[in-house]
Amino acid sequence: MTCGKSGAATGQGAGTDLARDIRIYREMLRIRRAEECILAMSAEGVLRGTTHVCIGQEANAVGVIGALDPERDFVVSNHRCHGHYLAHGGDLRELLAEVRGASGGVCAGRGGSQHLKRHNFLSNGIQGGGTPIACGLAMANALSGAGGIVACCIGDGTLGQGVLYESLNMAALWSLPVLFLVEANGYAQSTPTRAGVSGSIVGRARSFGIETMELESTDVLEIRRFGEEASGRVRDARKPLWAVVHTCRLCAHSKGDDTRSEEEVAALRENDPLLVHGSRLSEAEMVSAEDAVREEVERARTGCATEDPA
Amino acid sequence: MTTVLQSLNRALHAAMAESSRVLVVGEDILDPYGGAFKVTKGLSSAYPDRVVGTPISEAGMTGLAIGLALGGYRPVVEIMFGDFVTLCADQLINHASKIATMYGEPVPLPIVVRAPMGGRRGYGATHSQTLERLYLGLPGVSVVAASPVLDPGELLRRAVLEDDGPVLFVENKVMYAERVLDAETLRDRYGCGMRLAEGPFPAVTLTPEAPDVTVVTYGGMTSLVLQAAKRLAEEEELACEIVVEHRISPWDERAVFASVERTRRCVVVEEGVAEWGWGAEIAARLTAFGLESPVQRVGAARESIPVRKDLEERVLPQVDDIVAAVVRTVDEDPR
Repeated sequence: MTCGKSGAATGQGAGTDLARDIRIYREMLRIRRAEECILAMSAEGVLRGTTHVCIGQEANAVGVIGALDPERDFVVSNHRCHGHYLAHGGDLRELLAEVRGASGGVCAGRGGSQHLKRHNFLSNGIQGGGTPIACGLAMANALSGAGGIVACCIGDGTLGQGVLYESLNMAALWSLPVLFLVEANGYAQSTPTRAGVSGSIVGRARSFGIETMELESTDVLEIRRFGEEASGRVRDARKPLWAVVHTCRLCAHSKGDDTRSEEEVAALRENDPLLVHGSRLSEAEMVSAEDAVREEVERARTGCATEDPA
Repeated sequence: MTTVLQSLNRALHAAMAESSRVLVVGEDILDPYGGAFKVTKGLSSAYPDRVVGTPISEAGMTGLAIGLALGGYRPVVEIMFGDFVTLCADQLINHASKIATMYGEPVPLPIVVRAPMGGRRGYGATHSQTLERLYLGLPGVSVVAASPVLDPGELLRRAVLEDDGPVLFVENKVMYAERVLDAETLRDRYGCGMRLAEGPFPAVTLTPEAPDVTVVTYGGMTSLVLQAAKRLAEEEELACEIVVEHRISPWDERAVFASVERTRRCVVVEEGVAEWGWGAEIAARLTAFGLESPVQRVGAARESIPVRKDLEERVLPQVDDIVAAVVRTVDEDPR
């Protein structure tokens, strides 16, 4: 699977809400710089254990998870969870402290990069294991009448896990308000999707009678419209939806384990969501966003740097 | 007279009546069928909105329960045969256990997974096992086993309504038909006094006059141990103090330690495979006592459980095995 060149063209943003465009750019940039900081911490040896960054996929976090209401909607995420966490209102300093294994982290340094829980957000590094839990949270919401929905984030690599299909079956049988967000980045770690996924990705959900949406894009505005429609449909219809976004992973699966060719990754970089959406902003607007985000990340990093020496 | 089955069924009815947060989830649990062993009989008629009949999806239903618990409910999952706890292993090990313990602050996760274990009914290799051993020592997860000597329904009620962590609640197929034994019956039938340890799932110590040997057990082996103790008293003039554990993991050693202080001899009895079993942990914890004789372990052989009756009896621990093990503790050379 190659990630097609996104449809957003320079100048397309003219006449749209500029403040919104800047805010959305900044939200993506915040995830990018936070994860670059995490990779730098890894290189410096101050990161505890492992990590999986979503660099290249930030538009999904901001566009789909960012369309949810953190007060009433739940997110069940996976190993590549930093973007989802930040887009759902997660605290940046606590994230950086957590990946250091510091007591001031989101989970007091017990969870680490892929095991975060804060308010209505939780993540776990086990592929597919969160899918029935998302069904249970959705059923709880349906029973109590709380009105929330549950976004369950998986990847195309997760499609190999059997429990996912138990979950799709239950979600469809009982009309559970679960938004299955499939971030299809073309790889399961080092295995290309063509070597791991038979048939059709949307066809898998359709066979359970679940409605589907599909988009190939890294343009955050397109993805935001997609995310708003998807979450709106789940919220209104009170039934599951399978939303597939074909996206690009620009970094390694984890730390320096990328076996793809430099040419392949270079081609994907043309779809970098920051470039795609940044084309709508002026140089000054981007510099201003950059300065603000860098300052916030730096403050968060120094804020937790002295906690609990490793 | 109340059977273990009646006691458990009434407890589920009472728990659902007491709290609207209690939900029951499982395969074929809806009336008129009411569950493979009828523990859930009547629940779906009384509470149609709170009993969920599921597809054959043990992992799915266990994960569903975890999500329900995170959403404020107190779900009870029925695993039709205990052997199927392998199918929800990831949900119990990597999710329930870890959600409860890995996110910094303890996360309340009040789920009860009920599973009928055990053989002696000729169901064969995949419907007769005692597999709770797979979950012993799991962080954040309690393994509680019902027995006939402590109101099983009350034990289940506490697991469902009062325990805020994941509980694997072990039942036993043969035990369902057994009578619940109160202190008076135990005294009349087996000549022993009864003492309860502390806590919601207390060990029960059954003490004869002047005990010679401590026998530790749980669950479905309890009635076999009682039979063995009766025979040992009559035929060998050996008096057994029986400690029936109810929370088998994490294990509170105090009742056994107190008994062994008196008897200086110990036999551990379980229905699961003895090798690498629950009894091995107890024997290890008792090494510091320098007992009069080595701890004897009784359990199943490391073989798949056959259907043929004589073969099944040879694989699973019998009353004779318990009697022999107790006698070995007073032998000159017990090895």
